[in-house]
Amino acid sequence: MYRYDDYDHAIVQARVAQFRGQTERYLAGKLSDDEFRPLRLQNGLYIQRHAPMLRLAVSYGLISARQLRRFADVARRYDRGFGHFTTRHNLQLNWVRLEDAPEILAELAEEELHAIQTSGNCIRNVTTDHFAGVAADEIGDPRPWAEILRQWSTFHPEFAYLPRKFKVAISGAAEDRAAIQVHDLGLQIVRNDAGEIGFKVYAGGGLGRTPLLGQVVREFLSWQQLLNYTEALVRVFNRHGRRDNAYKARIKILVKALGGEEFTRQVEEEWSRLKDGPATLTAAEVDRVTAQFAAPNYETLAADDLCHLSHLREDKAFARWVERNVHAHKVAGYAAVTLSLKKPSAAPGDATSEQMEAAADLAERYSFGEIRVSHEQNLILADVPQRELYTVWHRAKAAGLAAPTVGLIQDLIACPGGDFCGLANARSLPVAAAIQERFEDLDYQHDIGELELNISGCMNSCGHHHLGAIGILGVDKNGEEWYQVTLGGRQGNDARIGEVIGRAFAAAEVPDVVERLIGAYLAHRHADERFIDTFDRIGAEPFRIAAYPTPLEQRRVANG
Amino acid sequence: MANKIFKERRLQDDAWKVVNLVDGAAPIDVCLPVGPLLVPLAVWKAKKACLIHREYEHGTPLGIWLSPEDNIEDIAADIDDFTVIAVHFPTFTDGRGYSTARLLRERHGYDGELRAFGDIGRDQIFFLNRVGFDSFVLGEGRNVEDALKAFDDFPENYQGDAVQPLPLFRRRAA
Repeated sequence: MYRYDDYDHAIVQARVAQFRGQTERYLAGKLSDDEFRPLRLQNGLYIQRHAPMLRLAVSYGLISARQLRRFADVARRYDRGFGHFTTRHNLQLNWVRLEDAPEILAELAEEELHAIQTSGNCIRNVTTDHFAGVAADEIGDPRPWAEILRQWSTFHPEFAYLPRKFKVAISGAAEDRAAIQVHDLGLQIVRNDAGEIGFKVYAGGGLGRTPLLGQVVREFLSWQQLLNYTEALVRVFNRHGRRDNAYKARIKILVKALGGEEFTRQVEEEWSRLKDGPATLTAAEVDRVTAQFAAPNYETLAADDLCHLSHLREDKAFARWVERNVHAHKVAGYAAVTLSLKKPSAAPGDATSEQMEAAADLAERYSFGEIRVSHEQNLILADVPQRELYTVWHRAKAAGLAAPTVGLIQDLIACPGGDFCGLANARSLPVAAAIQERFEDLDYQHDIGELELNISGCMNSCGHHHLGAIGILGVDKNGEEWYQVTLGGRQGNDARIGEVIGRAFAAAEVPDVVERLIGAYLAHRHADERFIDTFDRIGAEPFRIAAYPTPLEQRRVANG
Repeated sequence: MANKIFKERRLQDDAWKVVNLVDGAAPIDVCLPVGPLLVPLAVWKAKKACLIHREYEHGTPLGIWLSPEDNIEDIAADIDDFTVIAVHFPTFTDGRGYSTARLLRERHGYDGELRAFGDIGRDQIFFLNRVGFDSFVLGEGRNVEDALKAFDDFPENYQGDAVQPLPLFRRRAA
């Protein structure tokens, strides 16, 4: 992974000092709330319901065992011994003290960690595919480009006060696992006819109040132009994005208002003036960064380990875990492993300090000392030899990291919701836990099969509910929590926004509604059909009927 | 008492007056007081001949101030006429002026004084300086001593900017 040189260290250290000064001035009453707010947000610090929340960056989801241990240590000493991994690879501490934030950041900086631009109206942490570098379907490794973009966007002087936040995702594989079409800027690594690497560029995607898929603004951007083009695109946004209404300030609204064609014309016009300028990437720089993501020293192994195969035959529970949590690897004899952070007793994405340390141990012993955070809020060991899987499973189980449910209903995605977040309209976590409890039976879960269920506590859509085959959105009705259900959403190459099926439900109804929706699927499914496939084949109506068994009119009468 | 401006890392006297366009007033009717003026774009467009005349006849240097909405392309042909171009920040969270500055410096080659004024303070100066501003009128109540320290907030930057066009990757020691 990328290791800091003296320049990188100096920049992060300077940030620590700068933020310490800003916090001191705020606490001394020299900075007003309004003045301090954008400054602290650009350093990941929110003032939440109970305490400040500090969002720490996990740049493009990649973290070393040492770094994860440092997170665990900080969470234990400055928080309540756990943290929350988000859908954008970051780690949130929910109970820190404002006064401690500068010291926390100073300690993290020693391990090349920071909270730079994890919030605020600036260019945010770049996200990517959690199988980067190990996926068989990879066209190019997205991590060097993500690092190059990280450096370019870090303290970019022109773009610290954008109309609204700006999120970038990059995918280097045939299958998009980074949800690039729902980002402000989505980059897909492609090769042109001459075999040269470049990017297909999407802009204007996003969830939130106005969910939209990104539009293709360029079919092929040669890699040398990555920063010039991005600078042009963000400049058009900075100059012309709306600033009168925070809900209409994302770039997607500008792209929609101008139309994809006009927006593209403006970006291309701006780019034509920046093209081949000093920010044009050099082969030397790309090589310098790429070298830091070189493949680890893989052993030469047989494609199938005999011991592993016999464990698979003999231990059904292990086989089930392998089926769901172990993923193909491009190198023979290796596999990628998902350490699940999903279970009813904890919020999705939550990890205790002990779990972080256990994951760090596993990474050090079995996976070259690196861990990834997935946007599905799990941890990934990307390079585990097949022969070690059985041991890894046992150890992961002991640490509570081995729920064999990746991709199943229990692997649902949820934001922290009203229990923590100051923006939320409703709580997400009790609903998530109620659903997970309802479907806790493993046989039932495996029978239902792959199903993406996403829960957001408000329209900001941090739980990506629009992308769930079943999406649940918390809404506020006269001070009460209600939940609106969408169906048919999906991520990936064929990304789609789910559709609302009807009136919202009370919290207590949600598990029943989900069960009825799943009942409809089980009743209609053909062999080998996933929930989403059945939905595509038969449409929303059978699900709607299942969700609202009593016609609305009668219900009104019944309720008086 | 003369106005003060923060320039070359110290507080200096400032002779420039900002002319505002009162709501509903026609730009052509704005009266121009004696001395160097920063006029709004609309006044520049309406009274360009008159302003240039002042410069020729009385040696009064020309200045303009731009609001975030103003298109700098509108003054592209006149840029060399100005001694001072000022960019207004109605709130410090409105970042359009940063693009304005870079375009003036890097695209249009403006090398006169580029002034930031409005709701700005110590925590904006570092970036403002990088995008090409070289003088600053701080917002009400902002601490000048503090602001002086802002120039040294970071020892190094990843991107090129109006001051150092080369990004770090072109300068990084091998």
